Amino acid sequence: MVGGLVVLIWLIATLFPTWLAPHDPLTIAGRRLQAPNATYLLGTDALGRDVLSRTIHGAQHSLPIALLVVVSAVVIGSAAGAISGYKGGIIGAAIMRLVDITLSFPPILLAMAVAASLGPGLRNAAIAMVVVWWPVYARLMRAQVLEVREREHVEAAVAAGAGHFRILTKHILPLCWTPILISATMDLGQAILLAASLSFIGLGATPPTPEWGAMISDGATFFYSWWIAFGPGMAILTVVLGFNFIGDGLRDYFDPRSSK
Amino acid sequence: MLNQILRRSIAMPFILLGIVTMAFLLTAITKGDPLTAVVSEQQMNNPEIVAAARQRWGLDRPLPERYLIYVGNLLKGDMGTSFVTRRPVSADLVARLPATFELVISAMIIGSVIGIVFGLLAAYYRDTAVDQSARIFSLFGSSVPIFWLGLALLFVFSVKYQILPGPGRIDPRLSPPPIVTGFMTIDSLLAGNMTAFRDALAHLVLPSIVLGWTVAGTISRLVRANMLEVMEREFILTARAKGAGEIRVVLRHGFRNILVPVLTVISYSFAYLITGAVLTEAVFAWPGMGSYAVTAARSLDFPAIIGVTIVGGTMFLITNLLTDIAYVLANPRVRLN
Repeated sequence: MVGGLVVLIWLIATLFPTWLAPHDPLTIAGRRLQAPNATYLLGTDALGRDVLSRTIHGAQHSLPIALLVVVSAVVIGSAAGAISGYKGGIIGAAIMRLVDITLSFPPILLAMAVAASLGPGLRNAAIAMVVVWWPVYARLMRAQVLEVREREHVEAAVAAGAGHFRILTKHILPLCWTPILISATMDLGQAILLAASLSFIGLGATPPTPEWGAMISDGATFFYSWWIAFGPGMAILTVVLGFNFIGDGLRDYFDPRSSK
Repeated sequence: MLNQILRRSIAMPFILLGIVTMAFLLTAITKGDPLTAVVSEQQMNNPEIVAAARQRWGLDRPLPERYLIYVGNLLKGDMGTSFVTRRPVSADLVARLPATFELVISAMIIGSVIGIVFGLLAAYYRDTAVDQSARIFSLFGSSVPIFWLGLALLFVFSVKYQILPGPGRIDPRLSPPPIVTGFMTIDSLLAGNMTAFRDALAHLVLPSIVLGWTVAGTISRLVRANMLEVMEREFILTARAKGAGEIRVVLRHGFRNILVPVLTVISYSFAYLITGAVLTEAVFAWPGMGSYAVTAARSLDFPAIIGVTIVGGTMFLITNLLTDIAYVLANPRVRLN
């Protein structure tokens, strides 16, 4: 419930940032490096831009990217996992070896390597994240398909003469989505974290984009003006907490055993 | 299980080759010209200098040839020369690995202790305020941006209240002890330099807490779930009936029986700590592998990027395999099957 509310507020900030933000995120609103006060609730940054407005506008970079990355990873990963689990054979084995290799890297190192090669920018950071993430869903989906494939209704469908495509899409996949959905909700939060991390390192958003990780990186440069990093940090924390709460709730709902 | 470990050990060299190939190919798709890392902007306009640099760094050869040369050199322990430090990448990494290990091990100790204590309390006081607090603490650990938590703690404890030292491994005014193990704390102890030891230890506190927190949550959730299951078993009832004290019941009869899953999750967390170390090191100016990776990625230092990715992947792979082996050794039911 709380998670849903927090995420809802951030969704509004993503879609209609100008409703909430008191100032323009890119123009210089006042004196630089002001501590939080009545006009600038979260202070101003090194250029005199309003931190609160930049934090609110940051949502329209972080949330859509996280969604895009997770959806792409789910689609690519599920397709690869379903093919590998259903067909097996050389193609299936080849896919799983690729999955094994990708998953044997620490995620952030691999994402950094890809993002560095593609060059800075949020779009490239997003591609790097999909490269790192799809194997997780491939493994998950493959395990699901392997299990469902053995059930009797699938056997019945085979006996009834259904084609492979129909069996996979109509009889197997509909039963496989629950764990993928739970995992994807949790991963939305993790994707926001990873995107912010890449930007913090300098491999994601480029100035003057008000992206949360990049703003925290600015805050690290002007360390004594703690408020520069406070707003975006709280933004990441709350939205990720929100997604984790929702994911937890979904898991308890679908799998009551795990909640005890 | 034993069979599976045997199979995986045999597959190891192939996966390692896969790691090397992937790290190499992913950095070969670059759009940016790696030469910008070695040649100044002015010199880029001079085709002769550019051509010479291209030849010097071997960038004029076709990709397959570069790959074969790289793998051949790698087998001899040569990972090429860093564009930035102009030193062999392998030497850079060897010099920096101990710093990362010192941080990760200390974070693992802090994370495990906090995680186990919180997990035990949460299970024992199930559905009370204690349980809820432990749950929030654990969710916070997996939701907070680690680099922001690091900055915040640095600001509060180092700048504002000056209880703990700032970034780095040791006060720059102190002369660091001679390198024996590469662990600043152990080396200063070996040198009998107590001032340096205390300072190095104080420098470890904040980054270890930041890093340890991320895994403490996972560990505490696992301890809680397993304890709840064990505490319902009949031998707990027996122990209580025999008059054992509550602490004894929880630790000797309860916790002892969940040691295998707990140790497993702790050693898996080692691999995640290596990942988290990248950001922690960047914030705390910790001279380890993580900050090396960050510098390399920022400056398009491709030999260093490939090297650090390969080493990170190999460490990840080996820890996970060792964990599985330890799991089999520690669990007689799995071992005998």
